[in-house]
Amino acid sequence: MALKDFEYGDTIHRCFRCGYCKFPVNWTDVNNCPPYARFRMETYSCGGRLWLARAWLNEQIDWTEHLAEILYSCTTCRNCEIKCPLRFNVDIVNMVVAARSEMVEAGRLPPAVKKFLENIELYGNPYGTGRSSRSAWAEGTATEQYNGHEYLFYVGCAGSYDARARQSAKALAQILQKAGISFGVLGSEENCDGNEVHKLGEKGLFEVLAQDNIARFKKLGVKNIITLSPHAFNAFKNHYPAYGGDFSIFHYTHLLCNLLRTGRIRFSDGIHAKVAYHDPCFLGRWNNEYETPREILRAIPGADLVEMEKNREGALCCGGGGGNFQIDLLGGSENSPARRRVREAHETGATILAVACPKCLIMFEDAVKAEGIEEKLSVLDISEIVAKGCGAEGST
Amino acid sequence: MDPIYQSLAAIVDTEHVSNRPEELYIYSFDLGTAEPHQPDYVVSPVTTEQIQEIVRLANRENIPVVPLGGGMSLAGLAVPLKGGILLDLKRMDRIIEVNEKARYAVLECGVSQGQLTSYLERHYPHLTHSEPGAPPAATIVGNVVIHGQGDLAQPYGFNSDMVNGLEVVLPTGEACRFGSCALGARWFTNHPLPDVGLFLGWCGATGIITKLSIRLLPAKRIRGVGRFVVDDEELVPEIMYKLTHTQMAEDIIAFSSAIPPFASMLQHFTVNIAADSEKELEMKQEIIWDDTLGEYIKKGDGAYLGFTRNLERPQISKTSDYKKGGGFEYVGSIMPIEKYPECYRKGREISERYNIPYTVTGRCIGAAHSMMFAWTYAFNRADPETINGARSALHETDRLVLELGGVIWKPGAYGQKLVLERLDPNTRELMKKIKGILDPKGIMNPGNWEIP
Amino acid sequence: MYDLIFDPDLCLHCRTQACLTKCQYIDIDGEAAQKEILKIARGEDSFVLHECATCYACEEYCTFGNHPFYLIAEKQEVLGISPVPRPLIRRAVNIGIPFRGQPEIKEINGPVLNIGAFSELKHLIQGKLFEGITPISTDERKMFHYFCQLMYLHYGRASVIKERLPGIIETIAKHKPMELICFHDECYGAYTSYCEAHGIDVPFKPIHFYEYLYNRLVELKGMIRPVSLKVAYQRPCSSRLSPDKHLFVGRIFDLIGAESVKREFVDENALCCAGAIEGQKLEGSRKRAAKQQQRNVEDMKNAGAQVCVFNCPACFQTLGEMVARNGIKPVHMSDLCRLAIGETPAGWR
Repeated sequence: MALKDFEYGDTIHRCFRCGYCKFPVNWTDVNNCPPYARFRMETYSCGGRLWLARAWLNEQIDWTEHLAEILYSCTTCRNCEIKCPLRFNVDIVNMVVAARSEMVEAGRLPPAVKKFLENIELYGNPYGTGRSSRSAWAEGTATEQYNGHEYLFYVGCAGSYDARARQSAKALAQILQKAGISFGVLGSEENCDGNEVHKLGEKGLFEVLAQDNIARFKKLGVKNIITLSPHAFNAFKNHYPAYGGDFSIFHYTHLLCNLLRTGRIRFSDGIHAKVAYHDPCFLGRWNNEYETPREILRAIPGADLVEMEKNREGALCCGGGGGNFQIDLLGGSENSPARRRVREAHETGATILAVACPKCLIMFEDAVKAEGIEEKLSVLDISEIVAKGCGAEGST
Repeated sequence: MDPIYQSLAAIVDTEHVSNRPEELYIYSFDLGTAEPHQPDYVVSPVTTEQIQEIVRLANRENIPVVPLGGGMSLAGLAVPLKGGILLDLKRMDRIIEVNEKARYAVLECGVSQGQLTSYLERHYPHLTHSEPGAPPAATIVGNVVIHGQGDLAQPYGFNSDMVNGLEVVLPTGEACRFGSCALGARWFTNHPLPDVGLFLGWCGATGIITKLSIRLLPAKRIRGVGRFVVDDEELVPEIMYKLTHTQMAEDIIAFSSAIPPFASMLQHFTVNIAADSEKELEMKQEIIWDDTLGEYIKKGDGAYLGFTRNLERPQISKTSDYKKGGGFEYVGSIMPIEKYPECYRKGREISERYNIPYTVTGRCIGAAHSMMFAWTYAFNRADPETINGARSALHETDRLVLELGGVIWKPGAYGQKLVLERLDPNTRELMKKIKGILDPKGIMNPGNWEIP
Repeated sequence: MYDLIFDPDLCLHCRTQACLTKCQYIDIDGEAAQKEILKIARGEDSFVLHECATCYACEEYCTFGNHPFYLIAEKQEVLGISPVPRPLIRRAVNIGIPFRGQPEIKEINGPVLNIGAFSELKHLIQGKLFEGITPISTDERKMFHYFCQLMYLHYGRASVIKERLPGIIETIAKHKPMELICFHDECYGAYTSYCEAHGIDVPFKPIHFYEYLYNRLVELKGMIRPVSLKVAYQRPCSSRLSPDKHLFVGRIFDLIGAESVKREFVDENALCCAGAIEGQKLEGSRKRAAKQQQRNVEDMKNAGAQVCVFNCPACFQTLGEMVARNGIKPVHMSDLCRLAIGETPAGWR
């Protein structure tokens, strides 16, 4: 692939590398680009990545695994797009994704990325675990297989397989049951939504997943989908329509907020704690939803919602986006974004770090342990907090 | 394994030392038109001691050391012209102390403009620093070391005039302190000790500044920008002079540019005004717009364009996209204010010759003691012809600065050569001696201020 | 060149001379007013030409539709009496020059929403209210191809309008709009009042933004939840060119459950934002503008307004920060309507 044939060949050189992209909205520090925060080398900054991608496409530098890791370390969090003052800012992540697509085309990927994609292709999830255990999370709940219910609860790979994320999936199912929502799941028939596949540049595989999922949803007569993960929410809402997937998509926080507003769930128990909320990138910066999760948290008796300095569109990504919750190119350091973020949450005096994304949940759960603050700061998904507060926890 | 790499990794750590092609590629570039030169190693130290060890290693191995802050000079001042170790100093980003009552901050060399502004806004809202027009990723030390100026240059002068003390790693590895901190006292003044100020304006060729005490200045509760426009460039010097006489303004800038069209062939002023109360604000506005500039309005020669509250952070990098091309560079000069009309006219001529939309700016420094006048040339990074065109325009402008009797601000290699050719021979000789004494092996940022 | 259709006989037989006697900036009685307006019509100098605040209001006051303000602006230019300093005129004339290539013309053959020279406000035309209509002029780089030019009335430069407006109309017409919904009062005024007064042909049907919003809200009535806010409306200069559409302000407020506060400076007696006044040549203009703004905002405050509703982006820019500083939330009319149908408006937190 020559630069002239590259999808963004007439744009990628326009980055000046002025570095606005490193900052959060309030300019606190230069650590709001997750890979740059982790490594603090210009190569890992947003501008460095674009310049390197261009140099590679232009045959000024050769492919190396290090180059590929630099490209794949981007979590596609879109902080750069919020901060970049130039007109092409809307395409920054697209340029990174397109450059990754070129690497996919060339068959030259970091081993962890390759494995991630292979697992999805073979098993429908990045963990390489068999499809049969996809519904194991629901054990002990009376969750039904989808069969014309009002809503399809799309659990996603993390919620289905990761031990920690499963708890949030279970909590959500319990709330929905308690509220009398008609919903079903796909169980072992569920397949990866493909959001990460898309962001990793494997467009062919993404198309297969999208078409397969859409066909399945349509065959079952699905109209409304609730997602546990903002990543799936993003794929269904923003990418699937191009393949004919015209469903009503709800992130679960939308539904919970509505249930609270209409009184279909009520809190019997408060939590009496300071709660810091972390905005997941695929709910916040990708889908401009900042207030609904906060509305839920504010409604919990005794909950004192505090803000981290970097919040809403200025939030620091947990470091798990773009498949990094599994590929993990940003881990292994006190400078890893997740560890930075839990320190930021801890500094507010909060004892609960609330999340609305299974990837953030996984990342922060590990991070509090690595920081040795797991006794002081509990990482909880909003679904778990609500389930406990409204007495849904443990209900079947 | 490369022994120098190993030594560097032993000093810092493996994650922050690289000799891989990707880092060498990225750190070979300046953002302007300077030709790239690759370093041999990129290192991102985190303490003064690490820098000392690296410099000692470089002396032993006789390899160059090039310090890099935000990398925003655009003049190629941190391009490793002769290879060697590129020191990315941005990890040293601690704000060590803010002394509220004595109004200063002690910072490490990697603290960015944005970081300090944000920190002061949150913790000391009544204090500020003179923030330059550079992107917020520019560092405070990088700006001071090139004699930068900020949005308080009019009342307080160059940022390098606001230094209260320095810690410097000398080219031979010793760490020295200058100012009151050298006596073990607080970092509150750079005076009245004997003048050994040998580090500002040297582009790191005489040492690496690791810590800096910078004066902080009063930040009034309301800060905003008033705008004024004239169509005759000859009026600019007298208006600047009159505005400085009022002592009511903070930043005073005049500019003109071909794009967007509203700014073309007109001279716009931005006048920053600050006040703690509405009463103070109105008094200042009255003195500035009505009493001082009212005569121009009445005659129809000048127009008031309104006052906007709050200061926007500089978005100078937008200039880089004029040619949808990711690049611009400017020649800055320190110039008598009376030269504004000539600077503007000649600048337009040069721009037109190179088919670049013209952009010129003059920022008042001190009570009209001088201005920083800049000519900006945008280029398209994907089009070598436009880069060459911009580079030629820049060189032509460097020569223009000296012809007009100005001084080139932060000159690149070409400008430095022009300056050294014209410099008083005794001064040149003294510079040579200083450089020779401090940096006997000539390892510090070679290619900058080299006197044969 | 197009000539203003102005009939001095109408002034001669006018019993009120409301154009000048009602003017908020000039103190004059009926007899003197008639004398002055006829002087102006004859092309003679008049103090009115020097003191006009260019607020457009006399276009509304004149019950004969005789266009006194267009006359004033035209004569200011002919006699070299510019209301603002020379560099400001030059700057303004430059602003309207398109400089980023030609617009992309797509034939729409349906209703079109023209956002004119306010492309950066695209966020104000989102959501259900605007479903099914095609916006044009959404590209900031091309927006001056759609700029109605009427702004030059504030600068005493009618010639610029006459020179450029037909070309703008031609560009819009190429999109083949069945109806042209004008985002800004000023565009609507240009394609109706101004063109009519100068015999400029308009080959499409302009629709006032508020009329559109009102009709759309009626269609979406089931979705409306009363906003229950006390609102003040900042009436823009250009609304004076279409006083018959001003009634939609009240109708929209009624429909969405906004309570229009009782204030002094309202409807015909509205104060302009003074953005055009502060840059005028007349001595003391800056202070005059500041005082007027203060009176205006005080009036909103005293009336208990929680929200100040804008149509004109220039008014918003001039007054928005000031009203916010006074505890009143500035909001564009479309955003308020979005709030009423349960959407999250762009500028509402």
